[in-house]
Amino acid sequence: MSDSSHQPLSRGHTHDIVMAGLAKRRSAEKRFRLFGLASIVAGLIFLLVLFVSIIGNGYSAFTYSNVALDITFDQAVIDPEGHRNPGTLAAADYDTLWKASLEKLFPDVTGRQQKRALNAFMGFSADKRLKDMVIGDPSLIGTTKTIWLPVDDTIDMLIKGKLGKEEELNERHLLDQAWIKTLQDQNRIRSSFNREFFTNGDSREPEAAGIWGAVTGSALTLLITIGLSLPIGIAAAIYLEEFAPRNRWTDLIEVNINNLAAVPSIVFGLLGLAVFINFFGLPRSSPLVGGLVLTLMTLPVIIIAARSALKSVPPSVREAALGIGASPVQMVFDHVLPLAVPGIMTGAIIGTARALGESAPLLMIGMVAFIVDIPKTFTSAATVLPVQIYLWADSPERAFNERTSAAIMVLLAFLMIMNGFAVYVRRRYERRW
Amino acid sequence: MTKLENSTMERPFHREHRSTVGTFTSDNPRIVCRSVDVYYGEKHAVQNINIDVGRHQVIALIGPSGCGKSTFLRCLNRMNDTIPDCRVTGDISMDGIAINGPEVDVVPLRAQVGMVFQKPNPFPKSIFENVAYGPRIHGLASNPSDLEEIVENSLRRAGLWEEVKDRLPQPGTGLSGGQQQRLCIARTIAVNPEVILMDEPCSALDPIATAKIEQLIDELRALYTIVIVTHSMQQAARVSQRTAFFHLGHLIEVGETAQVFTNPQHQLTEEYITGRFG
Repeated sequence: MSDSSHQPLSRGHTHDIVMAGLAKRRSAEKRFRLFGLASIVAGLIFLLVLFVSIIGNGYSAFTYSNVALDITFDQAVIDPEGHRNPGTLAAADYDTLWKASLEKLFPDVTGRQQKRALNAFMGFSADKRLKDMVIGDPSLIGTTKTIWLPVDDTIDMLIKGKLGKEEELNERHLLDQAWIKTLQDQNRIRSSFNREFFTNGDSREPEAAGIWGAVTGSALTLLITIGLSLPIGIAAAIYLEEFAPRNRWTDLIEVNINNLAAVPSIVFGLLGLAVFINFFGLPRSSPLVGGLVLTLMTLPVIIIAARSALKSVPPSVREAALGIGASPVQMVFDHVLPLAVPGIMTGAIIGTARALGESAPLLMIGMVAFIVDIPKTFTSAATVLPVQIYLWADSPERAFNERTSAAIMVLLAFLMIMNGFAVYVRRRYERRW
Repeated sequence: MTKLENSTMERPFHREHRSTVGTFTSDNPRIVCRSVDVYYGEKHAVQNINIDVGRHQVIALIGPSGCGKSTFLRCLNRMNDTIPDCRVTGDISMDGIAINGPEVDVVPLRAQVGMVFQKPNPFPKSIFENVAYGPRIHGLASNPSDLEEIVENSLRRAGLWEEVKDRLPQPGTGLSGGQQQRLCIARTIAVNPEVILMDEPCSALDPIATAKIEQLIDELRALYTIVIVTHSMQQAARVSQRTAFFHLGHLIEVGETAQVFTNPQHQLTEEYITGRFG
């Protein structure tokens, strides 16, 4: 470079050049900020739409309509022989009781069609409530009492106005609507908290269908998933990152872990079906198998996250520990791992949240079955929340519509509780340093 | 650093004379090194080093950046083991026991040969925990009060006790740079080593903190053998009894500090200490 091409710039000259380009720089900055803001606003709008539609659809599932009926616990119907035998009490026709009461309220209902409609005003849940009352307290037999009983799910839909406007209703529903009106005028209808939704298992009857079976199934499945994938994943990450020699084998393992993280989840379901159920003979539809399948799916995510968290721990910490004679294991567990915990927890959150929301691989191992009982052990048949949502969304009854949205809300709440716990753990470790 | 070393090694500069001048032996050696070579993969980073480290002496390793002095220092407590591709050959023995073989357990070795690093690197834990960690993992304290005593003594010897005695549960990373480095020294001497290696311990510190550390090194000499790598020739002159000059992976000259600085035997040494290169 010759001297002539390198003329010294005066201070004023540099200043002019900088000032000339400044407007462009400023506008680029402003543009970028605007883009960022716009994308955040767009994201928030989508989130809002999602929440409004789900909550708007589902909040009504948390309440249920009850009707007050004067029930006469007729000995002749419940226990004709008078032995108060629990078997007899359980087998009695309780629907006769509320049918008699309804007929008394609507004496002018005479036609066969109309009678049938009136007999469908209440359902299975009313029978069950009466039965539970009598078995719990047999001295009720022979008395008459006013009792709040749940209506049929179609009637509940009508009361909530979910079957459409008046002109869209068919003849049968109009009839129901008229009775509802009469009962409402007599203050015989109220809506109360739908406890059954949170305590029951699945059912073909929407009024008796609850989320608790799926919640328990999800909890048991996730317990297996977290219990296996977290220790195995962290151990694998620590070994690969801190102890394994760098050679062709570890490179191969690393590449394959990255590949596994990208495998579609249904493939893991097929693997689980072939290996855990067909080969090892573990019980199908069980949280055990579901948890194992989800563990396989979650492991790569946790390993990758944990490795990068370990890698980001400054080497000076390792040198300091080794320098005073800590063994490699002491170095890892006393110094490196505590610093890596926040990063590992982030990976664990992502992995387990994905596992909680996963349904495809669980369909392959039979967790899509219709299961009424609440699972009690890791080997009993169960379903999980996303699969339950899928099942309900597929059901024709109108009342399952709001239950689907309500189940999504429960799933989201489950997710938030889990993530909240993980964030708490992360914060606790972050604050320490 | 290694890149720089590589490029300078390529130069056909001062290739002629490569054997060490001066007296590399010591009457009362603690560490004896013979024909030590270090390779980073293909690169021959440290070549044929012969040197003794005397008991209760401070020996300073000086030389331009990338001359291999830190690499050599890290041979003495086997810290080079942590670098993949790094290979150390030759004989290194401490008190007559070989320490370079693959059969040597590095854990007790590093308990005997402590190290203070260039950048202060306290653990992100409390001041107390920083000092207590070494004695705890080696089982040097039989009960909590023993441990407290070790911590207090170590901090006192490192000249830090008065400054931190009221804030022992606070994080060690909250101290100033000079205090952090003295905390690292306290952490090292808490294990009661025989040798302390210091890798440019003052390069990140201001002159006042440096003066404190230098004074500390002088006091510690009575109890420990110290090997210090430094870029400051004034520091080498102030704290050490012997000085070794490294250049391009070779040990050029070693001798009494006063003699090396006032009457260097090798032309390269003279050029370096007079500031003509480096």
